[in-house]
Amino acid sequence: MAQVLTVKDLSVRFALHESEVTAVDGLNFALEAGETLAVVGESGSGKSQAFMALMGLLAKNGSVSGQALLGDVDLLNLSKTALNEYRGRDVAMIFQDPMTSLNPALRIKQQLAEVLVRHKGQDAKEAERNSIAMLERVGIPEPAKRANAYPHQMSGGMRQRVMIAMALLCQPKILIADEPTTALDVTVQAQMLDLFKSLTDDFGTALVLITHDLGVVAGVADRMMVMYGGRSVEKGTVDDLFYDPRHPYTLGLLHSTPHIAKRAARLDPIQGLPPSLEHLPKGCSFNPRCAFAFDRCIAERPPLTEAGPGRQKACFYEGPMAYGKVA
Amino acid sequence: MHQTTTTLLEIKDLKKTFAISGGAFSKPLTLTALADINFSIRKGETLGIVGESGCGKSTLGRCILQLLRPDEGQVLWLGQDLTKLPAEEMRKRRQDLQIIFQDPLASLNPRMTVGEIIADPLRSLRPELNKDERRARVLKIMEAVGLLPEMINRYPHEFSGGQAQRIGIARALITEPKLIVCDEPVSALDVSIQAQILNLLAELKDEFGLTLIFISHNLSVVRHVSDRILVLYLGRIVELATGDEIYDDPKHPYTRALLTAVPIPDPKLARQRNIDALRGEIPSPINPPSGCTFRTRCRFAKSFCAETRPPLETLDNGRLVACHRWREIEVPEEAVLGH
Repeated sequence: MAQVLTVKDLSVRFALHESEVTAVDGLNFALEAGETLAVVGESGSGKSQAFMALMGLLAKNGSVSGQALLGDVDLLNLSKTALNEYRGRDVAMIFQDPMTSLNPALRIKQQLAEVLVRHKGQDAKEAERNSIAMLERVGIPEPAKRANAYPHQMSGGMRQRVMIAMALLCQPKILIADEPTTALDVTVQAQMLDLFKSLTDDFGTALVLITHDLGVVAGVADRMMVMYGGRSVEKGTVDDLFYDPRHPYTLGLLHSTPHIAKRAARLDPIQGLPPSLEHLPKGCSFNPRCAFAFDRCIAERPPLTEAGPGRQKACFYEGPMAYGKVA
Repeated sequence: MHQTTTTLLEIKDLKKTFAISGGAFSKPLTLTALADINFSIRKGETLGIVGESGCGKSTLGRCILQLLRPDEGQVLWLGQDLTKLPAEEMRKRRQDLQIIFQDPLASLNPRMTVGEIIADPLRSLRPELNKDERRARVLKIMEAVGLLPEMINRYPHEFSGGQAQRIGIARALITEPKLIVCDEPVSALDVSIQAQILNLLAELKDEFGLTLIFISHNLSVVRHVSDRILVLYLGRIVELATGDEIYDDPKHPYTRALLTAVPIPDPKLARQRNIDALRGEIPSPINPPSGCTFRTRCRFAKSFCAETRPPLETLDNGRLVACHRWREIEVPEEAVLGH
């Protein structure tokens, strides 16, 4: 498969009043055409900020370093105007709350057509026709009629479909979806995940799915990257990480997730709280919550190293991790 | 077994409507949030209430606590109808019936310390307690919910979401309630914290002999905590059964569809499973479909489903189901959950 994006040593920092926090610390990953990469982590793990940085959407006090190569082009090294050419055309992003991403004062078709006029140079008629065709493709009933609606006249599920349609208009190489189904009901979520699967198959779009929900990951993703305290702690195929996790945090997340078909008397959660980025623990950021931590974990920060074919982990512990141990 | 356990709460023919403005020149519209709600809760059980947004699950929780007054019907607490209680009497009764909310930080007064927040219900409900007695109770409850004693003088903004939810739980427990309505108590929390709070609720339930009503849109969470599960659709009960019955042998097509849509954190199972995808989205409760309100999305619907509303039938083992066709619908060959 062709690599569409290579991210090298991506770091994101935010300036605070008198200090600075590192939200993303030296992230490396690659994306292949047509694959779905799940980026998993809890709040403050840096999973959203890493991709906001790629899209040039960081808050004013944020700064970014590293490389994000889309072919020969480094997205992090582009001027605002130059980045605008790629945003929406080659890389598109959708968010949890579609209402805040749509313009409430414009009809759906105006918002969609604008993308095609701008990026593809289509005339208004053609752009509208193509917009309606895309609305149909993402499963909006009576697309020609719904295209005349304003965002507030649609349900949450329909608005998210509109966002997906808008993101796909230029058939981007990469679609970044940040918690796209978190605000939706399960029945609508299932429809949406199904839609993602058919879209990556049909258009060869690489999908980045940023989520905290391992159930969603299991159903849709090919590979996953687990983030903690701004770093990637484990990477590999979904099957490898679900059935044979090598990082105690991945294992802990799996044991914290209720499974509808397997009722356990008690969940086996990770103890303690996610760290504050301002006061990250020394050594491995996860060590205060880790049942397997030993001296070295407090002294040194574990680098991300090979942990088998096609997988990596950032952990010094090499012993077995039995169920019930992460307590 | 059903006869020997005490019925704590009985809901009879509950109905709740809201008037909606139809615009400046139109007649106001009526939204029926809940109708024909009949069920009871036994002492010591956890009843899960599930359904999609707008199904009335939170409204039901609030009608039980009389935070919203129902239009019709009875809410019998140990035989006493709460809907008939004057406000002052009801306020006293709240010692027994408490609630925990979804957004822990938003439900805590930012100007009060943790100690004051937790003690607050005692001021009005147990005025005979002096300051030291209140403080002693607060510290005891804080320990039970996993908060450190030195946190008593801190303010809510100093706490993370999980800790704030522990404060909310402590506030609910301080009056020694018999029943707690938990309205999406873990939905706003991170996965690892969610599991901690679910375990905490289970421990507290055993320790204090609580009865819980657990409202959530997350079926995996509800399955994990509940003894019985009530499924709501457009303000009506479509099914009520034990957790095992619901998950192993759902009778109502809506329950079945909901279950197949739940994400499973197991890649192989997730790939195998056949999702019984529901068509479309939930209709507007202002203008619900005739007959069975679920028929517009039901793949088993026949023309007669549009004519009459299916009654809520009580089956032999006490489970409830409201569907004209539940007897005829074949259980799919591969079990619902794909195992």
